[in-house]
Amino acid sequence: MCRIGSIKSKVPVHPSKALHLMLPQQEGHDNSGFAMVMQDLYGIFSTYKDKPLLSMACTQKGNQMVEEYMDSHNFVQLAEWIPVPNKEPGLDIQAMPYYVFRNYDFPEHYNELSQKEKEDVLLNTRLALRKLLEDAGEGYVYSFWPDVLTLKEIGDPRDIATYFHLWEDNGCLSAKNIVVQCRQNTNYDIVRYAAHPFFLQGYTLCANGENTFYTKNKEFQKSLHRGYIGFESDSQCFLYTLHYVLHELKWPINYYKHVITPLPFEEIEKREDKDVLTAIRQSLAHLEINGPNTIIATLPDHRMITCCDSKKLRPVVIGQDENTVAIASEVCGLNEIMPDRDMTKDIYPNEREVIVIDNELEVQRWKQ
Amino acid sequence: MEAVKTQDISVNDLAWKIEYHADRCTMCGSCVASCSFKAIKVETQAQSIVVSTDSQPKPEHRHVARPIIKQVASLTDFCRGCGMCEKVCPNNAIHPVRNPDSRKTLLSKDAGPIKRGGRTNLNAQRTLDSIIVGRISQMTDPSLDAARHTFDIRSPFGRVLSAKELPFQMKDGKMVMATKTPPVNWIYPLIFSDMSIGALSTRAWEAVALACAYLNEKCGLPVRMSSGEGGMPVKLMESDYLKYFILQIASGHFGWNRIVKAIPHMVTDPAGVLIKIGQGAKPGDGGLLPAAKVAEHVQAIRGVPKATLSSPPNHQGLYSIEESVQKMHLSLNAAFGFRVPVAIKCAASATSVSVYNNLLRDPYKICGGFFIDGIQGGTGAANEVSLDHTGHPVVSKIRDCYLAAVKQGLQGQIPLYGGGGIGMTGNAAADAFKMMCLGANGVFVGKVLIQLLGCVGNEQGRCNSCNTGKCPMGICTQDPRLVKRLDIDKGAQKIVDYVLAFDAELKKLMAPIGNSSIPVGRSDALVSTDKAIADKLGIQYVC
Repeated sequence: MCRIGSIKSKVPVHPSKALHLMLPQQEGHDNSGFAMVMQDLYGIFSTYKDKPLLSMACTQKGNQMVEEYMDSHNFVQLAEWIPVPNKEPGLDIQAMPYYVFRNYDFPEHYNELSQKEKEDVLLNTRLALRKLLEDAGEGYVYSFWPDVLTLKEIGDPRDIATYFHLWEDNGCLSAKNIVVQCRQNTNYDIVRYAAHPFFLQGYTLCANGENTFYTKNKEFQKSLHRGYIGFESDSQCFLYTLHYVLHELKWPINYYKHVITPLPFEEIEKREDKDVLTAIRQSLAHLEINGPNTIIATLPDHRMITCCDSKKLRPVVIGQDENTVAIASEVCGLNEIMPDRDMTKDIYPNEREVIVIDNELEVQRWKQ
Repeated sequence: MEAVKTQDISVNDLAWKIEYHADRCTMCGSCVASCSFKAIKVETQAQSIVVSTDSQPKPEHRHVARPIIKQVASLTDFCRGCGMCEKVCPNNAIHPVRNPDSRKTLLSKDAGPIKRGGRTNLNAQRTLDSIIVGRISQMTDPSLDAARHTFDIRSPFGRVLSAKELPFQMKDGKMVMATKTPPVNWIYPLIFSDMSIGALSTRAWEAVALACAYLNEKCGLPVRMSSGEGGMPVKLMESDYLKYFILQIASGHFGWNRIVKAIPHMVTDPAGVLIKIGQGAKPGDGGLLPAAKVAEHVQAIRGVPKATLSSPPNHQGLYSIEESVQKMHLSLNAAFGFRVPVAIKCAASATSVSVYNNLLRDPYKICGGFFIDGIQGGTGAANEVSLDHTGHPVVSKIRDCYLAAVKQGLQGQIPLYGGGGIGMTGNAAADAFKMMCLGANGVFVGKVLIQLLGCVGNEQGRCNSCNTGKCPMGICTQDPRLVKRLDIDKGAQKIVDYVLAFDAELKKLMAPIGNSSIPVGRSDALVSTDKAIADKLGIQYVC
């Protein structure tokens, strides 16, 4: 089983804090990879918060292909950060030649586009780049979105952090929201796309668990949206459902839990809103998640959520101090990064709860 | 010898031979009295025997005339192998034995095509038995506990809209329904299939109905029962129990005169309406109720004289599937105020996917279920040539239809129910579970139910006499003397016990794959030991 974690803070946080959150939990994960998505960026990216940021790992040729594509589609490069790696011998990392984090400006004629149209352009561009690099076998594109940075690699997370100098806080890389996970795909092939967190149009999600309805989720999601692709991991289904419910159907966040772990019919019958809940359950039966799970997600407005499967077969705990809320599979992670917090206020959500943390770090805890 | 011609029928030409032990027979006559087919008779036989009655052996040769039980050599009054004689014999003196040298099928066409009941005797292959539930939760995720976890075993019956079509609107931060949506009932995924009053005896039908009501009221399992084509008793239609019944309308529209008249007096809605287009056992044929079974009460319910009731092969006036949707679905929906789901049942066919596509794409969104009935389904009466040589297996058909919906992103919108041979080897739960993993929302069973009531018919030619009106078990007959053989309460109890075991077994299959709700479409949970089947169904081949 994976271990997952996230940090939401009033002040920007360096990735090393996320690593400190995860490493004490390493008996549960296997140190086979590192993946994180940072949202609401500070440091070198703070100037370009409204400009889409491309996160990719590629070969030199792959980089050229992307540059040509972006040029031909009139995206204007604004800034670029290519980490200079620490290539000391003995590091456990299957590194790609280049890691590119690059801000672009929209083509001029896109300025008249609506927000939704712009979102579609960004998604279409990422999908096109992914296909380009995938077909050529020259790299991986993880995200292309304003104020979002994704880093994924195969290897020991400590060594990966050393490779990218993530242990040293030099002020260039920080964010108010970080979602992190320290394991490569375990059930299926080891491919970089399979490592969560996954990202789609402002939604980030990682999951600890098993989605036993993977096949039926996947078969259904494939026809719902062009962005629902890959399926290298059964956890991607959680993200796509989150995106579908909130972004496509535009339902309030309260209904996400009703889609993935619907109430039993007996309980629905007792509810005032039973007609709505029944309709959701029957129309989205193929998005139900069955199996042990915990989810941590970040929404486009940077609210962070977590919830569990309907039998509470996977753990999660939320801890808080003055400036930070952190979520982790195991409490030892929280003890490492916020040892002085009031532990009596830690939250261990139950199987029917959803926890939502807003940008003021107010923690909402409500029942499905 | 001159008195015997080679064309004469002998017992050895028949499918079953009676093995009779005169030495054990007490001449009680029970066997002859109980044989509804008149396949055995009492006859006097000249016997040459040696007896010794003294205390010392003193053999004495005698010629005696003794009564014996003898099998009738006839192509009309022949032994069906039902075993009633054996059942009633106190001394184990008589029983039927299958005759491998039978010439009966060849010889008994003097009066036209052979008619019989039961199911196919030629195509009883068991695809489902080479499929195994092979994706077991081991370490990656925990299996559930069949005895302690809760399971949500319910299936939709009704037209399900896509999420984007749901008429939600926001009110005080919550979603509410702005308008009505098509009715959907969530029912137990095991439907008691359509067997009419007429095909079944009143007692048999009542036993099935009683079991259905008991399962709902006492066991909390919302099992639904289809009336079959032939109507229902008015008192039942005007009772609260109507909610457990799916009214069937077939091409003969039998019983609908009374149903329509009862509508204003109904205190609750029926669970659904099922339009029967075809039947797996005899696709292309309408219902058939031989005159022998059209008893007075059947005449009354159906409003017909005593005559053979042949339903036409098609619903008259329906010439295309578009018409079917517009005319039948709309009018039946309208009849119950659009509160009752209307589903359709077809024989499995090479065209099933086309039918399903048409229904999925119908603009009225009005079809509430697609029932596919495979070749292994049963019937009360059909031509043997239809039973054995027409039809289509249901397993791959359910899969094909499900995948056709998947391709269009429409899976789940019109629930799929599969039937025809479910439970043929005794375990309906395993069959149902595999069908659901392949894409069915549920299954329907008929034959299993009457087998639980006592039917001994099988697909190896045993009995299969439902068409004769002489059912020895009192199930498929209207002869009051035969019907009395059936104990309604005991019969209902057998069905209830079976369904409770079905429910427990379903959980025993859901638990190891880690699912607490029905795994519709979880083909990844199945593996097959047959490569061809695995390839066809898109599941893993294992060996």
